[in-house]
Amino acid sequence: MTIINVASLCKNFGSLEAVKDLSFEVNEGEIFGFLGQNGSGKSTTIRMLLSLIHPTSGHIEIFGQDIVAHRNQIAKKMGAIIERPDLYPYLTAKEHLQLFAKLSQKKISASQIEHTLQQVGLSNRAFDKAQTFSLGMKQRLGIAIALVHQPELVILDEPTNGLDPQGIADIRHLIKDLAQKEGKTILVSSHLLTEIEQMAHQILIIHQGKKIALGPTATLLDPAKSLMKLNTTNDVLSKEKIAVSEFAAFQLDREEGIYFSIPTEKIASLHQFIVNAGIPIVSLESKRSLEDYFLQITSQSN
Amino acid sequence: MWSIIQIELYKIYKRPRTYIAFGAIAALIWVIQMGLKIDGEAYAAFLMKDINNTLIVDGKVLNGYLICYILLQLLLVHVPLLVALIAADMLSGEANLGTLRLLFTTPYSRTQWVLAKFIAASIYTILLLIWLAALALFLSMYIFGTDDLFLMKSNYVVLIETQDVFWRYVGAFVFASFSLLTVTALGFLMSSLANNSIGPIVATISAIVFFTILSTLNIPLFNLVKPYLFTTHMNNWKEFFDIQVTENNEAITGSILNIQKIKTSLLVLSIHIVLFVGASILIMKKKDVLS
Repeated sequence: MTIINVASLCKNFGSLEAVKDLSFEVNEGEIFGFLGQNGSGKSTTIRMLLSLIHPTSGHIEIFGQDIVAHRNQIAKKMGAIIERPDLYPYLTAKEHLQLFAKLSQKKISASQIEHTLQQVGLSNRAFDKAQTFSLGMKQRLGIAIALVHQPELVILDEPTNGLDPQGIADIRHLIKDLAQKEGKTILVSSHLLTEIEQMAHQILIIHQGKKIALGPTATLLDPAKSLMKLNTTNDVLSKEKIAVSEFAAFQLDREEGIYFSIPTEKIASLHQFIVNAGIPIVSLESKRSLEDYFLQITSQSN
Repeated sequence: MWSIIQIELYKIYKRPRTYIAFGAIAALIWVIQMGLKIDGEAYAAFLMKDINNTLIVDGKVLNGYLICYILLQLLLVHVPLLVALIAADMLSGEANLGTLRLLFTTPYSRTQWVLAKFIAASIYTILLLIWLAALALFLSMYIFGTDDLFLMKSNYVVLIETQDVFWRYVGAFVFASFSLLTVTALGFLMSSLANNSIGPIVATISAIVFFTILSTLNIPLFNLVKPYLFTTHMNNWKEFFDIQVTENNEAITGSILNIQKIKTSLLVLSIHIVLFVGASILIMKKKDVLS
């Protein structure tokens, strides 16, 4: 079942096209990774999904309902954090959850509030005011607010911002559990691409407001073309030789290092070409992480 | 709707800033009451010095009713500034904190949020006024006792019998609530236009000062717009203390000299409230929440 259906979404701020003709679908129970550099249009898209920003054109359906016509009904089934964890400094963690539980228009028991605090590791700080929290703790409380009313769809914009490595791992496990054990649908954006790689079933990459890649994580990380990094004892000479060879078409425009987005079957030929050119090879590495893939794809887009 | 009003009231209750206005009013009233308690007779003699030769006043001039009138004259000009501290921060303060986006993702429409926030701010304003009434009227009555209210206007004096005073204060406070709710609504409008706390508070206070000056200056050009300015009408609570007299210049108990002026002022203030809140709703509905 499709939970989010975005069709031809556009948003202009004056002459700036923040989001251009964006379409994608998020299916029930999946973790949908949303990637893009800063200013790529991720947060604008998420804000449009949450009705915080009015689209210039395009259509958004969530739970099969139009977001404009049925916003309030949809909102009951959604939880979200958007960019920073902004809270009321004069309220405690528990008071925040009580307040947003009440706002959800659902009956939320005291034990459910306790459970949510436990889920994000804030049980021991339940009665402390938010103004005493570190950024990481605020982020956890922000996630708790998004989860307290047991939403079916959770939208998390940069949920690991400000967290230490253990906190990041905790939130990753929490997100996975929410999808696997509770069947929630999760749309998560992050600049920590390795985080998305480890949890997302499907990934959307946008750049300068445009979709540049969308598909299952496994497929995106196993493309027909491999991202390779060449290290030689003489990179300047290597670049000169490559520039006049058939491999020039596969070389990526990078200031540092020599990168190729090259069909897998041509990697051996590339290796042979450099050897035949008399340039000692230090390494020819496959860069197959999502981060490298992201750089590869945005570089091509540029 | 009621639940979000409750939540807004709860947030106002939890904010330390809420209590500044209550504390400021209490401190001001206490200082003035103590001053008058200690040196009130000299003050009363000063007030009466010009008419002592033409009029014999029997009884206690400096009583709780007169002191309340003095306090209201002094404070009702400044209370709007205290109201602006809260009202002008209701929307922009949330935008500044970043919590506005949390509220706007809940299952309530923006119109409901703006109305709930306005109602909560209005309740705060009314409570502030009740606090003012309790201290300025009831505490003054307790400390100084009651007697006939003797008021010296610019070119005439008004004497209102003891039993004819209290209801006038009730009327004056109800009228003052309309004045302060207009300030609340203006603060709201300013608040809907900004994403920071300070700007709307300063803008609201500046607008009140600006329009008060226009309302006060007797310049023909300004006189054309004066009837439509809310500041022209905000101080008309004083009309409750002008009474009709018979042909023999005897006061008519229970009368108000110009009831139409009060009605007109209430209408103008109400229209301003509706316009300011309506404009706030329209602005917030169209606004992209980028904070």
